[in-house]
Amino acid sequence: MKGWYAVVDEIILPLSRPTVGVAGRTGTWRVNRPVFNSEKCIKCRLCWLYCPDNVIDVNEANPSNFITIDYNYCKGCGVCVDVCPTKALTLVPER
Amino acid sequence: MVLTIKDLPKDKYVMPGNAACPGCPENLGLKFVGMALGEKAILTIPAGCTSVIQGLLPGSGLKFPIINVPFASSDAVAAGVSVAKKLIGEDAVVIAWAGDGGTADIGFATLSGAAERNDNIIHICVDNEAYMNTGIQRSSQTPLGAWTTTTWKGKKERKKDLPMIMLMHKIPYVATASVAYPLDFIEKLRKAASIKGFKYIHLHAPCPVGWRFDPMKTVSVAKLAVETGMWILFEAINGKVVISPPSKPYVDKTKRKPIKEYLSIQGRFRNITEEILKDLERQVDENWETLLKFT
Repeated sequence: MKGWYAVVDEIILPLSRPTVGVAGRTGTWRVNRPVFNSEKCIKCRLCWLYCPDNVIDVNEANPSNFITIDYNYCKGCGVCVDVCPTKALTLVPER
Repeated sequence: MVLTIKDLPKDKYVMPGNAACPGCPENLGLKFVGMALGEKAILTIPAGCTSVIQGLLPGSGLKFPIINVPFASSDAVAAGVSVAKKLIGEDAVVIAWAGDGGTADIGFATLSGAAERNDNIIHICVDNEAYMNTGIQRSSQTPLGAWTTTTWKGKKERKKDLPMIMLMHKIPYVATASVAYPLDFIEKLRKAASIKGFKYIHLHAPCPVGWRFDPMKTVSVAKLAVETGMWILFEAINGKVVISPPSKPYVDKTKRKPIKEYLSIQGRFRNITEEILKDLERQVDENWETLLKFT
């Protein structure tokens, strides 16, 4: 039973299901792009914790590239850059 | 045991690509609710920014079970859901997630009613200090001197002290939290979920759009609010107030940063006079004094 509705006692009710990208490819909103420099990273996970859009993933198994940013949906707010204690993340203007 | 970042679950309850503005504090708050309670959480959400974040019908930007309700009824509906869940014997934490308009102004009647009945729900007020969703109109939570589209020369009235009003309802649990201190917020949520009865959490959420600051500063501004003493983190179990660890150093007045640091970063306080600044400073002292009387 997947779709925009649920049937309860033969009554069709509208129902939304969690979807990635309900507002489209929000990466197109971006003015500045956060760029990750793996050498400066101290693996504190603060960027992952504070990312408002949940686009930062932590790769526990891969210390050489500890975080990945999903640029399809990153809105470029820069909160991750602001909270990064070692400046491993920097904001670069989008071309 | 002290909670650390490594202990937090990695499930995503806020889906990437939702309709929130860049740097949205409500997204952050919802993310922490997901981390704290996970699958147990059920949300009732009145009109507000969060109903925009959810998006349009076939999809939802949030992974929680959510009921969208009319503005003033979030707590009444949540109370009903909580009783229904109890009757069928399911373990659930029902949360009324409302903005400051849905809590302090329009939703206050049902909030007060549910608190008086001691319904088994958590009410979280996401306080972005104005009606941001409809275009930054003043609310009773807007601080003195702040610009909004309906107070161009700065608000002339003080902010209503809602956590204190809820404390006076004599409910089992009242707490304040901030999006800049997620571990504190998550611990408070878990504690609230374990207590039976009406729980109230007031979450301070700086809105980059309405407060006129750079979206990247959301967390810094929230942190400054605590460091200047403008926002006090505390929890009260059965009326006994305990100042939370992030706010503890600022009990001492000399340790607080000057509030100008917090105000100057925000465009909405650009035109405040020296007189209003003094009044705001006085308010900070008064709020601390009143609160410390309950410890």
